Amino acid sequence: MFPELNNLLNTTPDRAEQGKLTLLCDAKTDGSFLVHHFLSFYLKANCKVCFVALIQSFSHYNIVGQKLGVSLTAARECGQLVFLEGLKSSVDVFFRAQAEPHPLQFLREADAGNLQPLYEFVREALKPADDGQAAWRCPVLLVDDLSVLLSLGMGAVAVLDFIHYCRAAVCWEQKGNIVALVHDSGDAEDEENDILLNGLSHQSHLILRAEGLATGFCRDVHGQLKILWRTPSQPAAHRDRSLTYQYKIQDKSVSFFAKGMSPAIL
Amino acid sequence: MAAAATCGTSAGNKGCTAAAAAAAGGKNNVTSFQRKGPRASVPDSGCARLVSIAGTRPSVRNGQLLVSTGLPALDQLLGGGLAVGTVLLIEEDKYNIYSSLLFKYFLAEGVINGHTLLVASAKEDPADILQELPAPLLDDNCKKDFDEDVGNHKTPESNIKMKIAWRYQLLPKMEPGPVSSSRFGHYYDLSKRMPQELIETSKWHGFFFPEKLSPTLNIEPCSLTHGYIKLLQFIQNVIYEEGFDGSNPQKKQKNILRIGIQNLGSPLWGDDICCTENCDNSHSLTKFLYVLRGLLRTSLSACIITMPTHLIQNKAIIARVTNLSDTVVGLESFIGSERETNPLYKDYHGLIHIRQIPRLNNLIYDVSDVKDLAFKLKRKLFTIEFGGETFPNVKI
Repeated sequence: MFPELNNLLNTTPDRAEQGKLTLLCDAKTDGSFLVHHFLSFYLKANCKVCFVALIQSFSHYNIVGQKLGVSLTAARECGQLVFLEGLKSSVDVFFRAQAEPHPLQFLREADAGNLQPLYEFVREALKPADDGQAAWRCPVLLVDDLSVLLSLGMGAVAVLDFIHYCRAAVCWEQKGNIVALVHDSGDAEDEENDILLNGLSHQSHLILRAEGLATGFCRDVHGQLKILWRTPSQPAAHRDRSLTYQYKIQDKSVSFFAKGMSPAIL
Repeated sequence: MAAAATCGTSAGNKGCTAAAAAAAGGKNNVTSFQRKGPRASVPDSGCARLVSIAGTRPSVRNGQLLVSTGLPALDQLLGGGLAVGTVLLIEEDKYNIYSSLLFKYFLAEGVINGHTLLVASAKEDPADILQELPAPLLDDNCKKDFDEDVGNHKTPESNIKMKIAWRYQLLPKMEPGPVSSSRFGHYYDLSKRMPQELIETSKWHGFFFPEKLSPTLNIEPCSLTHGYIKLLQFIQNVIYEEGFDGSNPQKKQKNILRIGIQNLGSPLWGDDICCTENCDNSHSLTKFLYVLRGLLRTSLSACIITMPTHLIQNKAIIARVTNLSDTVVGLESFIGSERETNPLYKDYHGLIHIRQIPRLNNLIYDVSDVKDLAFKLKRKLFTIEFGGETFPNVKI
């Protein structure tokens, strides 16, 4: 996790909030550093994490996680982390017919079905232990990323339904959190993606949006992060609080600064 | 400073400036430098210890295994080379001239390094593609011709000991020219064909789509076009049979599989994304790329795909394809455009756009500062230089 981002969001692993949906989105840049942040944050906060990693392999997250101070292999072995590796599982699902329904079953199907097997997998992974003892603080579902599901044949409505079911099971029933990454296609006119992004934006409590600079590539400022706090239950009650910072990604951390205050310029 | 630069290429060689200075000092016996560690030998030996597969080297930044794309200028732009297990997507130029050239460079590099090749095409027979590979430029031939090309004349004093800059005498001469076949990345002569004996000794598998069409479909429909399903099964079969993913107990493979897929997405593969904007199976190509990447990540292989993105009507599909690939490079040739007669571009054949570079095992990645890059093709050299309206021409 990045300590500077924790300060901006006003949280620490000890005081993590519960029952929240956090939406990460990126436009014209790569927002995966936010996924690494939340993964290490919740592992350090002693939460049980179910990570649906559809875009990169386990070793990628593990190596970056080690730079941020968590070991994914240790977390997986002791049961704190349930990791669904999309790329590796897709090969198994596609080439060999599975006996039981697999979370990525939809890869074999011709029609755009629904994501129920994936929801069942998440629910099974995050259900509380049978003996009633709370070994971990709260369950967390992390998805990287939802836009890939659209590329694999799912409709935007099917993905929104999946998130809705997960919210009911994880956020409301078990007082856990959900963090999901969606790409913003910008001017690529991806209608399905826009529907997904807008639909999730209205349901989220916290939106972190990483954007590339409008002026193009810069070596010292990699992009801009917009943080928006929302209360979905009372949409028009009071103004949502929002902050904008610029950031630079380094080898093991990310530094944030106010717009125009990059250390390279001062 | 230059010593540190060459030592930097052998991964993690700390204190090399001190060692090199000590070695140089030891030669002349007039300095008081004390040698701290073992004598620094040729900088490349550090690489040799870590690399066990021919034609690969670990990345300086994160130890990722890299292979050369066949074009040393492109290797430099991509941070040292193409990472094993990833996809390089080339967005074709309008007449598919330079993209098929990059495709051939990639395959030729595989032949030179002894890698296994898998060539898939719906347009040309893979055997014909392999016959047309360019000949490599090795140390022992064509050196004189190459020097004429670049205008780089070897001075007769180059063998004389340097009197003032004696420390630099130990460094290998930095030449942009032809290199021996044990190095990473080679140069090719487009006017000559790859020698027949090299092609015959290389191991390759060909997938020519018109030959693989079978009248009956014995697999359940899953929204991928027939061609893509067949290609995926073929690739998976080769990876498993030859042991590139380590799962076959009989085969212990310590080689790289280079996969080349030509014109993916074109109507010749049975896909209609280049024909209409609202196509029937718009997810066919993206699903193919996803499963392909899954296959690559779990095996010792690297893949180059050329795709006619300028023909794809639906911009959303191009964005999705970019997100599903690791490295994306776009080529734009000046043929037939108004830039051909623009005096700024008169030395160049086209522009090269680096659209995406992956951040593998890392939060950051190597990226060049300048984004306006132009390429020009001479008979024996494909150079990429900083061109464009705002920057002066500086050779990389």
